[in-house]
Amino acid sequence: MDLTEINPVLLVASLMVAATPLLLAAIGELVVEKSGVLNLGVEGMMIVGAISGFAVSVETGSPWLGFVAAAVGGALLSLLFVVLTQVALANQVASGLALTLFGLGLSALLGQSYVGIKPPSMAELNIPGISDLPVIGPILFGHDPILYLGIALTAAVWAVLKFTRAGLILRAVGENHDAAHALGYKVVRIRCLAILFGGACAGLGGAYISLIRVPQWTEGMTAGVGWIALALVVFASWKPWRVLLGAYLFGGVTVVQLNLQAAGVAIPVEYLAMSPYLITILVLVILSADKSRAPASLGRIFHASH
Amino acid sequence: MTTPLLSLQGLTKAYPGVVANDNVSFDIGEGEVHALLGENGAGKSTLVKMIYGLVKPDSGTMLLRGQPYAPPEPRAARADGIAMVFQHFSLFDALNVAENIALGMENPPPMGDLASRIREVSETYGLPLDPYRTVGDLSAGERQRVEIIRCLLQDPKLLIMDEPTSVLTPQEVEILFETLQKLRAEGTSILYISHKLEEIRTLCDHATILRLGKNVGECTPRETSARDMAELMVGTALQTPQRAGRDFGEVALDISGLSVPSPTEFGTALKNVHLTVRKGEVLGIGGVAGNGQDELLGVLSGEIQTAADAVKMAGQPVGRLGPTARRRLGLLTAPEERLGHAAAPDMSLTENALLTGSVREGLESNGFLKWNDTRSFAERIIKAFDVRTPGPENAARSLSGGNLQKFVIGREVLQNPEVLVVNQPTWGVDAAAAAAIRQAILDLASKGAAVVCISQDLDELMEISDSFAALNEGRLSAPRPTTGLTVEEIGLMMGGAHGMEVAHV
Amino acid sequence: MIVLEKRPQPSRAWSMSTPLVAVLATMFFGGLLFAALGKNPVEAIETIFWEPLFGEFAFYYRPQLLVKGAPLVLIAIGLSLGFRAGIWNIGAEGQYIMGAICGAGAGLAFYPVEGWFIFPIMVIAGALGGWAWAMIPALLKVRFGTNEILVSLMLVYVAEQLLASVSLGLLKNPEGFGFPGSRNLQSYASAHNAELFEGTGMHWGVVGALIAVIFAYVLLNRHMLGFHIRLTGEAPRAAKFAGVNPARLILFCLGLSGALAGLAGLFEVSGPSGVVSIDFNVGYGFTAIIVAFLGRLHPVGILLAGGLMALTYIGGEIAQSQLGLPAAAIQVFQGMLLFFLLALDLLTNYRIRAARKEVA
Repeated sequence: MDLTEINPVLLVASLMVAATPLLLAAIGELVVEKSGVLNLGVEGMMIVGAISGFAVSVETGSPWLGFVAAAVGGALLSLLFVVLTQVALANQVASGLALTLFGLGLSALLGQSYVGIKPPSMAELNIPGISDLPVIGPILFGHDPILYLGIALTAAVWAVLKFTRAGLILRAVGENHDAAHALGYKVVRIRCLAILFGGACAGLGGAYISLIRVPQWTEGMTAGVGWIALALVVFASWKPWRVLLGAYLFGGVTVVQLNLQAAGVAIPVEYLAMSPYLITILVLVILSADKSRAPASLGRIFHASH
Repeated sequence: MTTPLLSLQGLTKAYPGVVANDNVSFDIGEGEVHALLGENGAGKSTLVKMIYGLVKPDSGTMLLRGQPYAPPEPRAARADGIAMVFQHFSLFDALNVAENIALGMENPPPMGDLASRIREVSETYGLPLDPYRTVGDLSAGERQRVEIIRCLLQDPKLLIMDEPTSVLTPQEVEILFETLQKLRAEGTSILYISHKLEEIRTLCDHATILRLGKNVGECTPRETSARDMAELMVGTALQTPQRAGRDFGEVALDISGLSVPSPTEFGTALKNVHLTVRKGEVLGIGGVAGNGQDELLGVLSGEIQTAADAVKMAGQPVGRLGPTARRRLGLLTAPEERLGHAAAPDMSLTENALLTGSVREGLESNGFLKWNDTRSFAERIIKAFDVRTPGPENAARSLSGGNLQKFVIGREVLQNPEVLVVNQPTWGVDAAAAAAIRQAILDLASKGAAVVCISQDLDELMEISDSFAALNEGRLSAPRPTTGLTVEEIGLMMGGAHGMEVAHV
Repeated sequence: MIVLEKRPQPSRAWSMSTPLVAVLATMFFGGLLFAALGKNPVEAIETIFWEPLFGEFAFYYRPQLLVKGAPLVLIAIGLSLGFRAGIWNIGAEGQYIMGAICGAGAGLAFYPVEGWFIFPIMVIAGALGGWAWAMIPALLKVRFGTNEILVSLMLVYVAEQLLASVSLGLLKNPEGFGFPGSRNLQSYASAHNAELFEGTGMHWGVVGALIAVIFAYVLLNRHMLGFHIRLTGEAPRAAKFAGVNPARLILFCLGLSGALAGLAGLFEVSGPSGVVSIDFNVGYGFTAIIVAFLGRLHPVGILLAGGLMALTYIGGEIAQSQLGLPAAAIQVFQGMLLFFLLALDLLTNYRIRAARKEVA
């Protein structure tokens, strides 16, 4: 084994890439949960985003269109969740599971003819001079635009939730939907928008895996990232910046274990591969003592009966 | 004659199976405090929801200063100068005062400006409030202040108040009335909903009385006796419960030095609570909601466990026992929340009878259930307590509040408890059912059971209890005999004005 | 305008008929999907639902129904008890894998000794393996309040890695010429979960599934513990008031569902599959979630739903080979079924009513 082969700069740069799908999906789910809805279908929306983004960029040759399609695909799938939970008032846990099972099947069906194809690549940010700087260049200025979009989205969600009236209303709906309704806010409409936003974000996250991180299409390629994103929201106590921190931590774990696999460390591959999941469990255990930040109406069904 | 501020003409609203409002008309004048009086279920809430734009009338019109008024949503009502202080469900525990207030305003100023305006208004009207405190940590009276200030910031023409004094101590009620009178002097009209007659006689200029959705009469409260208003409201002469003179036996329930944290985030911890109840005695525990009532019931039911000898039954420590073991010993309880706590909404009455009755009624053997016995137990409750339902196979949620409450209380009373603890036994229950429940409690006590009745209805406690104590911020005052207690003394036991004396109106 | 109106009590009629309506709706929209894939929808639906039961080769497919249905029913029964109580074990797939590993491991430890006691030991080991795997989320939830949904699911991925590890290492067939996978238990008589009656598909797993159905039925309808499970799901606070110990209930529900999933894994690996290999698991643990809901979390319903789902698996395979219908289409089809079921569930508790145009 040779640990010296691991280049710390590349390690940091690649952990940012590994973290981005998680970050995108988790920041979307954070908004959904802030509105009082628990959508366990993140994994399903991600994988549908992954294939729709992949298919559209292969067909059009434009990764940008691919990402747009991924967001639309994820949002469309989440529309099913809207119908189930906001219109048909179905149990949110069961509906989320249904979304994931359905999404996995649908993506496999859609992706049959795309296995083994290489998608068009997205140009990385390249600012002459700055991007070539040692250490800082590759870490801060050498990525694809979507990675920066993820960070910008985090900042935007943080600012909207904290400073704007829209954010206040969203939080209010998540805290006490009956009170929000009594004040005349459209609880269902606000939740629908939040769920669609969450779906679009998850779709982007999925496409980031199939278009940039891997990049190719294989069935079930999200491999639990959607579920880790759900855990991440809990980990972050529903705070956007802590989602970013958490995503980078998990990204780090993933990248380190991949590097260790590549470096041929004496730990069997399987044990390295299971480490992100085990660490997720560990983190959940450590943080589950603090439940105080969860939106009070999370997962509860709202039915306006005057 | 001047145009009234708001004129309701023939408002009707029907829900499946019930006509909530049937052709209701009345006027509210400018600068008038108008009482809307009626029993639970008389249709008061539906009527104000129509005025506030939450519900649309099936027929009928409203005129605001002579102009047609039909708010499609509360926002429109607020824009027209109608503001409402809700009884329940309108604050956000996890948000702070300023955020809560901003949510109820159309175009709130930036947070900083809003905070200083809140301070300003709260001082003008003698309602001290810190804009940056989290609402979940406030007392019930303070939470009401949040709502009132939220309304006042919009310079309302009409302020609707739904049962505002049910969460206040007598001293706080006085302060509230001073605020309302100041508002009236400034020309604001107030629609004041209540079923408390004395309050209405003190405060209101005019009263409209609703019964079963209909306007059954109007009066000038100052010139009408409380008894006449009560009869208009209920429709028949009221029966006051009969109590026989009783002798108390030995101590049946004994709580000493009990301190427990609340299991819920915005709950109240109990602090060094002492109480004893003797056989045959009814101990009334008053206090404003949210001062530890739920926690006290939990400690007695066994849902919250304590040190073993903090709670004793007939000298035997039971603090570590769970609900089932306590029931076996004869300690039975009935929580406040009927749906979801005392009863499972979607389960049948038979299943709900099993919920607490399995041990004392012998409804199981080796864990296997005796459904036939359970059904007949449910039928006995229904019969003995006149629960209006087609049969025990109906779901708990299909019953009206009063009927379900009779079922819940009946379920415990019929099990012949040694000690019975009830929380808010007649909350939201119509007068006839309330009288029946109170009578059942008194009968049980006269047969030698010890009863603890936790309630926010002081009239009820004065009527049925032998001794009285009050919960205030998790502390229990020393119990005193009920006879001879004055309203001032009770108010002080409940914590007086909760630090509001400093503010002068 | 359409409004929803809560029924005073759940409608029994709708509760019984929603699964049927959901199946019909799925057939219709599934047919549209197959048509979109360029297949004849009527033919495809017929192949899936008719062919295995009454087609030319039904004598071969009918036993397969039992083989596929048994693990689904066994797992779904366990899951349904937890779901009823609001305890969401969605990691049955992992518990299934662990049951298979432990059960097969216990059997192979005796190889090549023959003896009647070996299979019972394997059964116990399989149940224990699944139980232990489910106790991880259970204990974490009881002790730390950790979300059991996420933990049980994460453990599926961990179990898959462990499966890969043992099939390449610990349990690898020493005479397997280097190929991954264990010895074939079908050729180890003492460890083989053989058909009880030749050609019927009836193996010990089917017996286990039937026993589980009866057990769950009695538990839910006649026993205090079952009542407490239902009560906890309906109204958690009322359950606590009734004296239910939530921690014990969590341990029971998760433990039992884990043990049943483990048993399903053991019966599968020692019978129809025979070999512990990397791709031994085929998603029964997840499909069982659909089965549990389709059966409305009712033991008899689950039995029927398990049969139906097995039918779509077998019919799907036939459609795959005869019509070239992609395997993923069947997965979508199954997902669709769950969607319709959840959406139609609305009718059990709400009435849909056309409201007069509201006066604005």
